[in-house]
Amino acid sequence: MLADLWMWITDLGNSKIVALVIFFTTFVGIVLYVYSNKARSERLESYRYVPFLDDDEHKPQAESPKKQGEK
Amino acid sequence: MAHSAVVSSEQYNYEIVKKFAIAAIVWGIAGMTAGVYIASELAWPFLNFDIAQITFGRLRPVHTSGVIFGFGGNALFATSYYIVQRTCQTRLAGGTFWPNFTFWGWNLAIAIAGTGYLFGISQGREYAEPEWYIDLAIAVVWVVYFLIYTVTLVRRNQPHIYVANWFFMSFILATALLHIFNNLAMPVSLLGIKSYSLFSGVQDAMTQWWYGHNAVGFFLTAAFLGMMYYFVPKQAGRPVYSYRLSIVHFWALSFMYMWVGTHHLHWTAIPDWTSSLAAVFSILLLMPSWGGMINGIMTLSGAWDKLRTDPIMMFLITSLSFYGMSTFEGPMMSLKSVNALSHYTDWTVGHVHSGALGWVAMVSIGSFYHMIPRLWNTTIYSTKLIYTHFFLATIGVILYITALWVSGIGQGLMLRAFDEYGNLAYTFVETVVFMHGPLVARAIGGMFFVSGMLVMAYNIYMTIARAKQEEKAPVIAVAQA
Repeated sequence: MLADLWMWITDLGNSKIVALVIFFTTFVGIVLYVYSNKARSERLESYRYVPFLDDDEHKPQAESPKKQGEK
Repeated sequence: MAHSAVVSSEQYNYEIVKKFAIAAIVWGIAGMTAGVYIASELAWPFLNFDIAQITFGRLRPVHTSGVIFGFGGNALFATSYYIVQRTCQTRLAGGTFWPNFTFWGWNLAIAIAGTGYLFGISQGREYAEPEWYIDLAIAVVWVVYFLIYTVTLVRRNQPHIYVANWFFMSFILATALLHIFNNLAMPVSLLGIKSYSLFSGVQDAMTQWWYGHNAVGFFLTAAFLGMMYYFVPKQAGRPVYSYRLSIVHFWALSFMYMWVGTHHLHWTAIPDWTSSLAAVFSILLLMPSWGGMINGIMTLSGAWDKLRTDPIMMFLITSLSFYGMSTFEGPMMSLKSVNALSHYTDWTVGHVHSGALGWVAMVSIGSFYHMIPRLWNTTIYSTKLIYTHFFLATIGVILYITALWVSGIGQGLMLRAFDEYGNLAYTFVETVVFMHGPLVARAIGGMFFVSGMLVMAYNIYMTIARAKQEEKAPVIAVAQA
């Protein structure tokens, strides 16, 4: 059984398709993760301010983030 | 999100950033001068002077290694070490020894390899000319770089890893992978300098361009995008336009770039499907590339006046414009039908330089003008000289790429023109005669760009000299009191 699976996946004709499906679904998953939830979106957007956190001379001029996110 | 209340330049290792920054400028001037010289040799061949060491074939890798790895590499070490410390709010890992090890290891490797090129010591792989012993040394330096960067990230005081660091990590990992596999070779003897690749034929060609184009994708694009995602917001004084877009930008580039290298081998002996696959992914790459460009440019939204009043911002936004332009031109040239005309012509060389000078060099220069005064805790010596540099650089790039559009497209059209009887309409030498004018214009474009770099070197030198004077002044005042 395992040997059959190995033979199947080592055939470039199959592994190319498997790779495509894995990469494409992962990428779609990332896009959905990034844009699908409002609270998560606000948290992600709050990270825009990271470069300014240790700066005492330049303060960002844009609006403050609505919600500070956690790690 | 954690906020750090106390910020002091002393909490960071700025000494190593300073070294890499200065080395980048020195290599930039040396590598670009070599480029201007070989461009001049093409326009005025007497400049070869019958000296083998300074002919085009020997000097060309000195130019490419000098600007890509000398200028670009040192700029990336400098800015990545600066950004990782500031966005993680922690000191660089590795104490003083290991960061210095990366500095000396990297620069010695380039210097030894570059000297070897002049004497014909090369493994003949584009952008990977060093022989096996230098490749091994580079691999060691790179592993140390990876460890320093990773340990610094692990020790961060800021819970979130800012997106610029993602781009730098992907650059470090991908470059390691590319460097190791592309340089798999067997030395002729343990003490000999010559080696032969483990790959041959079509596999060797595809390995080389898998490396070659991903050097463009991860070394010359992803890493400089890391630079962009930090310095554009900092200089604009505004956060990046969309953080979510930056995440999608990162993953899209990471997923797609690895597939496109074979577009350098259209119309050769490679399997046709690999050629088509590379063309398709090249076209797809347009979307994340332009997404990233728009993200960078829109960061200025609401502060467009900075494009008139801030020469550093002019450098950064112009670099993004060139990024957008060259990432449109690249996919277009990867189409088989366009490539049939453009390949083996000067159009390719022009395209590379619109990315290398317009995007890579300009974003580095803008970042340096922002970063260097802060490293020495001072202000820039002359803003007017930054304006001068900006216009010299912009005129130089535009002159360069338009000249090579004329030369390359004209050359391509002439080489495949037929007369009414099906014979070639032009001889090879007629194409050379046609190209002479544009090649002169290209050399002049390069001279403009190098002149700008010299202006920058003077401005930076004066900035540092003044900072050192300011440092000494209070000590002298105390001593006199």
